[in-house]
Amino acid sequence: MELNGYHCDGEGCGEAEDEDTTGPMQIRSVAEAPCSFAAAASMEKAAAGGPAHRERRISNSTSARQRTDSLRKNRPPFPWFGMDIGGTLVKLVYFEPKDITTEEEQEEVESLKSIRRYLTSHTAYGKTGIRDVHLELPDLTLWGRRGCMHFIRFPTQELPAFLQMGREKHFSSLHTTLCATGGGAYKFEADFRTMANLQLLKLDELDCLIKGVLYIDSVVSVGPPECYYYENPTDPERCQQKAYNLENPYPLLLVNIGSGVSILAVYSKDNYKRVTGTSLGGGTFLGMCCLLTGCSTFEEALEMASKGESTRVDKLVRDIYGGDYERFGLPGWAVASSFGNMMCKEKRDSVSKEDLARATLVTITNNIGSITRMCALNENIERVVFVGNFLRVNTLSMKLLAYALDYWSKGQLKALFLRHEGYFGAVGALLELSNSS
Amino acid sequence: CAKRVGRASHSLDKSITLPPDEIFRNLENAKRFAIDIGGSLTKLAYYSTVQHKVAKVRSFDHTAKGDGEPLYEISVQEEITARLHFIKFENTYIETCLDFIKDHLVNTETKVIKATGGGAHKFKDLIEKKLKLKVDKEDEMTCLIKGCNFVLRNIPHEAFVYAKHADSEFRFQNTHPDIFPYLLVNIGSGVSIVKVESEDKYERIGGSSIGGGTFWGLGALLTKTKRFDELLQLASKGQHTNVDMLVKDIYGGAYGSLGLTGDLIASSFGKSATADKEFSKEDMAKSLLHMISNDIGQLACLYARLHNLTRVYFGGFFIRGHPVTMHTITYSINFFTKGEVQALFLRHEGYLGAIGAFLKGAEEDNPNQYSWGENYAGSSGLMSVSPDLNPMQRARSGTFDMLEMDRLERQLVNLPLLQDPSSYIPDTVDLTEDALAREYWLYCFEEALDGVVKRAVASQRDQPEAAERAEKFRQKYRHKLQTLRHQPFAYGSLTVRSLLDTREHCLNEFNFPDPYSKIKQRENDMALKYYQKVVKSLEELSWDQRQFALVRGLLAGNVFDWGAKACCIVMVVNVYHCFFIERPWLVDAYNQWIERLKGPPHKCALFFVDNSGMDIILGVFPFVRELLIRGTEVVLASNSGPALNDVTNSELQIVTERIAAMDPVIQAAVKEDRLTLVQSGSSSPCLDLSRLDKVLATVVRERSTDLVVIEGMGRAIHTNYYAMLSCESLKLAVIKNSWLAERLGGKIFSVVFKYEVPSKTQGQY
Repeated sequence: MELNGYHCDGEGCGEAEDEDTTGPMQIRSVAEAPCSFAAAASMEKAAAGGPAHRERRISNSTSARQRTDSLRKNRPPFPWFGMDIGGTLVKLVYFEPKDITTEEEQEEVESLKSIRRYLTSHTAYGKTGIRDVHLELPDLTLWGRRGCMHFIRFPTQELPAFLQMGREKHFSSLHTTLCATGGGAYKFEADFRTMANLQLLKLDELDCLIKGVLYIDSVVSVGPPECYYYENPTDPERCQQKAYNLENPYPLLLVNIGSGVSILAVYSKDNYKRVTGTSLGGGTFLGMCCLLTGCSTFEEALEMASKGESTRVDKLVRDIYGGDYERFGLPGWAVASSFGNMMCKEKRDSVSKEDLARATLVTITNNIGSITRMCALNENIERVVFVGNFLRVNTLSMKLLAYALDYWSKGQLKALFLRHEGYFGAVGALLELSNSS
Repeated sequence: CAKRVGRASHSLDKSITLPPDEIFRNLENAKRFAIDIGGSLTKLAYYSTVQHKVAKVRSFDHTAKGDGEPLYEISVQEEITARLHFIKFENTYIETCLDFIKDHLVNTETKVIKATGGGAHKFKDLIEKKLKLKVDKEDEMTCLIKGCNFVLRNIPHEAFVYAKHADSEFRFQNTHPDIFPYLLVNIGSGVSIVKVESEDKYERIGGSSIGGGTFWGLGALLTKTKRFDELLQLASKGQHTNVDMLVKDIYGGAYGSLGLTGDLIASSFGKSATADKEFSKEDMAKSLLHMISNDIGQLACLYARLHNLTRVYFGGFFIRGHPVTMHTITYSINFFTKGEVQALFLRHEGYLGAIGAFLKGAEEDNPNQYSWGENYAGSSGLMSVSPDLNPMQRARSGTFDMLEMDRLERQLVNLPLLQDPSSYIPDTVDLTEDALAREYWLYCFEEALDGVVKRAVASQRDQPEAAERAEKFRQKYRHKLQTLRHQPFAYGSLTVRSLLDTREHCLNEFNFPDPYSKIKQRENDMALKYYQKVVKSLEELSWDQRQFALVRGLLAGNVFDWGAKACCIVMVVNVYHCFFIERPWLVDAYNQWIERLKGPPHKCALFFVDNSGMDIILGVFPFVRELLIRGTEVVLASNSGPALNDVTNSELQIVTERIAAMDPVIQAAVKEDRLTLVQSGSSSPCLDLSRLDKVLATVVRERSTDLVVIEGMGRAIHTNYYAMLSCESLKLAVIKNSWLAERLGGKIFSVVFKYEVPSKTQGQY
């Protein structure tokens, strides 16, 4: 890809040096540092956490002390936000500094303080904004500052209200750049300017996504593992989550399930391609559930799905052949036709909303699994990481994906999941803040 | 019995427009039944023998022949040929149809009916009870693949590409000499993706549960519309952008860096997740259709890429003749493969299962060792199912659909001298795409119909009911012409050849096997009288003069073509001084030809002859004679069956005998096997070099043929004008139609004399 999000032009960081970095530890640093050097790999976490490359040129030849000084000088001003404006949800990542000195506290302008207090003292904003407290990363060092990373989301529809709030809290007076990715960064750029007097730094969503995934995976060391998989996915009794070490991730198929789905083949931190995508994604699941069941939120839809039975809606192989279709190796339980039973009026009248919600979930999930498997085969990649907000609180789909990939590939493919599902784009955007000046 | 027929036809009449005896034809001799019962349509297949009147010619005993006696005897004989019948109708009529079949099935020894399709078990008892035949189930997929192979091999223009906004929606594909390997994507209630590698080797490499059943089931839930057709109807009127979230809904425009345009669907049904409003049935149906078509297209592409296949055929009830779904699938394939793979559809897609089941049952008869031909007279052709029609009308118009295939006596193969068999297109103008030409030719054939009817009646003066039959022929052919006016794609690409062939099929259907037989006889007789005189006058000429006279003779002879109206009035005795043969000709390669003749003789010339009478006797034979004298062997290829006044193989045999009796050069050549007669395998006034008699192909190969001569409008202009051969070729004709002449930049009676030599590199093929 030409665009890799890391704008190293004229920084003197040669690509050849990138390729020289081998071994797990170094790779890890590759994941964290925009332009890696072998030297950076052995540095303390604080430094390796993501120095702006302006400093790294120096850091290669000078002491860590000097580097910290220059970090301060070149560190972006607070507040540190990253935003991912998707088709359905806005994902907001906020870094709350916890090491504020008294001196700083006094200097801190009122609007900045008010924003910090508003965000950190609430877990819900308005009717629809939510802070995913369970995801927050409480003890993080970023650009030399220690703090807590917060993960907030609200529907894209509520963006005008958000802009209104930004205006009321005089966000624009902070002279900060707002790093934003996702389609909305483009679509709403003018609104940010006119409604809240804010200038956006627009970033490519796939660049941010990959950067975010690699960063979060590298900084999470305590607490629940970031990356996990389901052990024994084909055996519901023994199926359980297990931590997975993503230290040496390449090549990797990254499947981002938002409103729609993008499938990326990632070969290194800045070498990836979008293999394909499908319009049958989270938006399709929710949209159809709304139409079929009258529900209005993702949580409602999932709740219904968890209680339903898709086999009443779908036509299975055994419904047609009485059992397995052995000639083609199709097990009787496999779905032959999604919603196939609904061709028949009696059956339409006998299914519940819950059944329909479940069938929708199963249909969309299996389809993503199927396309993913074909891409993995075509690209010759065995490791698949699923991200995106469709998977949020959606164990059903994750287990289904794990199962489908394992079963149909005869154990060749492994489905991996990440705890911060839908926030990687926003994290990637936040990391670009250091390039904003 | 008659009473029962009455009852059956009465109940059928309520639902269909054709009388049932025109639907289940030739039931008296039917054997080997097969049935494919799908979700809504039943396809019945059977084999029957058809009695045809055939004009036979037989030579009189030479010694008994006096002056003014005809050259040979024409007798009309009954000939029995084999035919496959396929009938498609709605499941609701199954019982009525079974009753009708039971009542008409007299001469059958059949004990078993092969059955396939999802509905086969449902109707098993009914079939066994009604027909007293044992139902023998065959695997659906196997039948499907067998049927697919059969139509791809035997029906030219079976496969087509669908382009909604092009001049012609259907772009038919040439029959590829090697049909394997291909991918078949069968979209029934679910989707099966099958890789077919050879006649017997295929593998289901994948599938999807999101298929026609998903469209139907989800569509019914979302729109409360029950019928599949009605759902498609709704979809064709909807706007998916009201329901789907597009890239521009997220980005405000395109996602430029990825090349994703703003109109691309980012999330199917994405708007119904966020917008709290009512969505129209039409919009939801359209969105659903796009979602499912795109998904299937994407998977098909992923499988095609993984298995490195470029030919992908789509079938199943989701596709079956529905322009709406063919369009969305085509769009999807184009999008996902960036045009590298084309979505192909089949004209007889709905019959594949029935054909396959039939073939399974007929394995002992070895149907695959024969060539089969679509009978245009007995087949319904591809119907345009316009989405604008209301679904009830549509259902009725397509209620009884038929396909008939004739077993050809000879096995047909490619001419070994075609430069590239896979890109060979016989026809010069595709009337499906050329609307002006189509209009002209349809008008032309309609105008000529009266004359054809008259000639048909005149050819059977001794039979009082001939007029009635001729009238039936008129109605049938006129109806075909009307159908083709509205649906030029009904039988594949519409061409002058297909119009001519359809006419021949219709004439045969009403037992006018050879309306020109007596005219041909008279003309042959007359021309033979001049043969020796012509040969003598030629021998008196110098070499240069003679070569020119021979070519002019070929051209002049070719003018006397009863098939072309303008010539009927012209009768010039001294054909070698015709005014219209002054050079330069419209296409004039005469000088190159003469230069070539000054060189070494050709090893062997293959000559596709045209008309009886002057053409063959005074034009072709003197020319052939000269070739023989030069030391070139000659193979004369003539039609196997009659078409217009074209000389048939059996007529040519007699004509040759007579000439041999007069001319020692011809006699010696026949005796020494240097002059050989072969049949082309065709009964058409035109020529398809990809479907020629296998014996012809063998002879051509054995004799190392290095010159092909194609003569006449039908064979050298309407067809093969652009045919590329791997050896030297001569295409010559006089254009006896002013419209066509003008199109080619000349006037009526313009001469085409095309001599082509393949370039060296090409010659190596």
